[in-house]
Amino acid sequence: MRMSGAEAILKSLEKEGVDVIFGIPGGVMIPLYDVLMDSKNIRHILTRHEQGAAHAADGYARATGKVGVCMATSGPGACNLVTGLATANMDSVPVVAITGQVGTHVIGTDAFQEADTTGITLSMVKHNYLLKDPSEIPEVMQEAFLIASTGRPGVVVVDLPVDVCRGELNFKYPEKRTRLPGYKPTTTGNARQIKAASKLIVSAERPVLYAGGGVVASGASQELRKLARLLELPVTTTLLGKGVFPETDKLSLGMLGMHGTSYANFVMMETDLIIAVGARFDDRITGRLDTFAPHAKVIHVDIDPAEISKNVKADIPIVGDAGKVLKEMLTALEPEVEAGKGKDLKPWHRLIREWKKEYPLLVPEGGLRPQFVVSEIYRVTKGKALIVTEVGQNQMWAAQFYKSTKPRHFLSSGGLGTMGYGFPAAIGAKVGCPDSLVIDIAGDGSIQMNVQELATAVIEKIPVVVAILNNGYLGMVRQWQELFYDRRYSHTDLQTNVSPDFVKLAEAYGAMGLRVTKPEEVAPALRRAFKARVPVFIDFVVEPEENVFPMVAPGASLDDMIGG
Amino acid sequence: MGVRAVKHTLSILVENKPGVLARVAGLFSRRGFNIDSLAVAVTEKPELSRMTVVVDVEEHSLEQVHKQLNKLINVIKVTDLPAENSVQRELVLFKVKTNPNTRAEIIEIVDIFRGKIVDVGSGTLGVEITGTGTKIKALEDLLKPYGVVECARTGMVALPRG
Repeated sequence: MRMSGAEAILKSLEKEGVDVIFGIPGGVMIPLYDVLMDSKNIRHILTRHEQGAAHAADGYARATGKVGVCMATSGPGACNLVTGLATANMDSVPVVAITGQVGTHVIGTDAFQEADTTGITLSMVKHNYLLKDPSEIPEVMQEAFLIASTGRPGVVVVDLPVDVCRGELNFKYPEKRTRLPGYKPTTTGNARQIKAASKLIVSAERPVLYAGGGVVASGASQELRKLARLLELPVTTTLLGKGVFPETDKLSLGMLGMHGTSYANFVMMETDLIIAVGARFDDRITGRLDTFAPHAKVIHVDIDPAEISKNVKADIPIVGDAGKVLKEMLTALEPEVEAGKGKDLKPWHRLIREWKKEYPLLVPEGGLRPQFVVSEIYRVTKGKALIVTEVGQNQMWAAQFYKSTKPRHFLSSGGLGTMGYGFPAAIGAKVGCPDSLVIDIAGDGSIQMNVQELATAVIEKIPVVVAILNNGYLGMVRQWQELFYDRRYSHTDLQTNVSPDFVKLAEAYGAMGLRVTKPEEVAPALRRAFKARVPVFIDFVVEPEENVFPMVAPGASLDDMIGG
Repeated sequence: MGVRAVKHTLSILVENKPGVLARVAGLFSRRGFNIDSLAVAVTEKPELSRMTVVVDVEEHSLEQVHKQLNKLINVIKVTDLPAENSVQRELVLFKVKTNPNTRAEIIEIVDIFRGKIVDVGSGTLGVEITGTGTKIKALEDLLKPYGVVECARTGMVALPRG
């Protein structure tokens, strides 16, 4: 069928099942936005900043498991997307970004609003394309979605010069991929390795299951739960793995690492077998690498071979899709367990119970504590909300005190640690899951980084609730300054008692604004916010110098915890 | 870290597309791997190019280099070519200072190395030599006393034996 490049892009998006795009138009994107105006299948959500569009696409993707799509114009539009794309890619979130580009005949001349988008994004996305001819559109679009959503998911950028958009082509969408000779992710784990792993698992006396975002991406939560319960394995998850195993379960150790639970960290230091699934032994997890898990053998299951033995050497590497590998493992292990093989883990569980008793996570008393606010959010929502966080103290308190029980219900920027992620990502998540109660647990610093999206939320009728844990500081940096820089609070005082007034700010945008200063006001304010059918900001004026504990100091050994 | 870095010759088969060199080179620089030499050209199949990269890395990093290269969508195959199992060649052009007294000596040395004189100027000789790293180094050492004005190298190219 003969059509314009712009129509071909739209048609390709429809073929890929895209139902929503987050973006902002601009000069070179007018042809594409012109055809988008008549689309019956695709909703476009106009954000107020391109970074918001990228984070919203990311939040949509994390909440639904589908590919998120964002669009921006050339030059500044594309540059503004970059932080959001890097955020998504670091956390292996499938996103396709379509960026406008100046005409092919002026590329490289520093034309108006020109930026080298493929060059800029090269090192932080899974793949990118610069289209040169309209005829390439169907293959490139098909590949973009394939690459973004398969293997280790990630971000693909399609840079679209305006003349390619205006040109014509004979549109025929490829049924399956026709090119990409170098792209073949391994999804099935090596059978011999799986067998060896199973043998090791039944012979372990102090095993631990360490699960990350890869389990979410693979949709392998059920298999993981089965494996844990079959052998009574204690389970700890990363920040991105929250929810793959219910944190309310007695086998759960919660999160591990820098601000993980003391008992999860003790388990890592005492375990004789780490079964790592879809997790990458990031520095925030391991602490000091040469003292990490000194007694442990390591089974490492990951779809990305480059993650295996990168930081921690794997004794049994298994490259493959988490769900597939876990299924194979279960098949191998079930008869073993039935035959009564497997060590007695009672002493191990007894030890863990003691640690849990001795080093529990507690909400401190007195005043309005941020930890109390999060635990009230947990109590009032009965743990059923879809939580999104910003980055910093708010994120860690959310992770510690909001017990996750389902995958895709705790969205947070882990790898890149992008302040300003939470609010737009919550908007994207709510668009993808309109029936879920979506709450952004925010800090007063982070929320100000993409606060302009209040207009998006109000106008597009996306009722997310933002719980601002307002301590008036860039709190995590202040905490480090307190602990490691002699309390010299260099430029971390945000003076939110002076500006802004978050209640008035919300109201100025047409949202609801509430302020809470006392513990007993927390639950009523939350209930009011959850009933409102508009976006709500709740300004929780919390203790200004509260710290996130326990804490493994940077470069310290995992069992060397402050306040643990 | 006490681990010895060793030179490795990597032969990387890639799709012959714009931007692929930037992707490969970017990967090396971003992850802190130093490239000793790099040679790129199309293969017997016009849709494929071969990059021959010599890197100075220790074993663990080499594994990471391999894996990271394989993650690039346009990379089809990565092979480590050990010197003993591969033919490795580099072409070098030297411009050497001469005078009537040294010209014959230089030509003789170049001859022994089976090099060629490719340019004769009033005060310089152009020398072309093909070979392995050690051979080229040996010739360079012999030419240095006469004065090497300039030198240009293609970078190592290599193919497995057999």
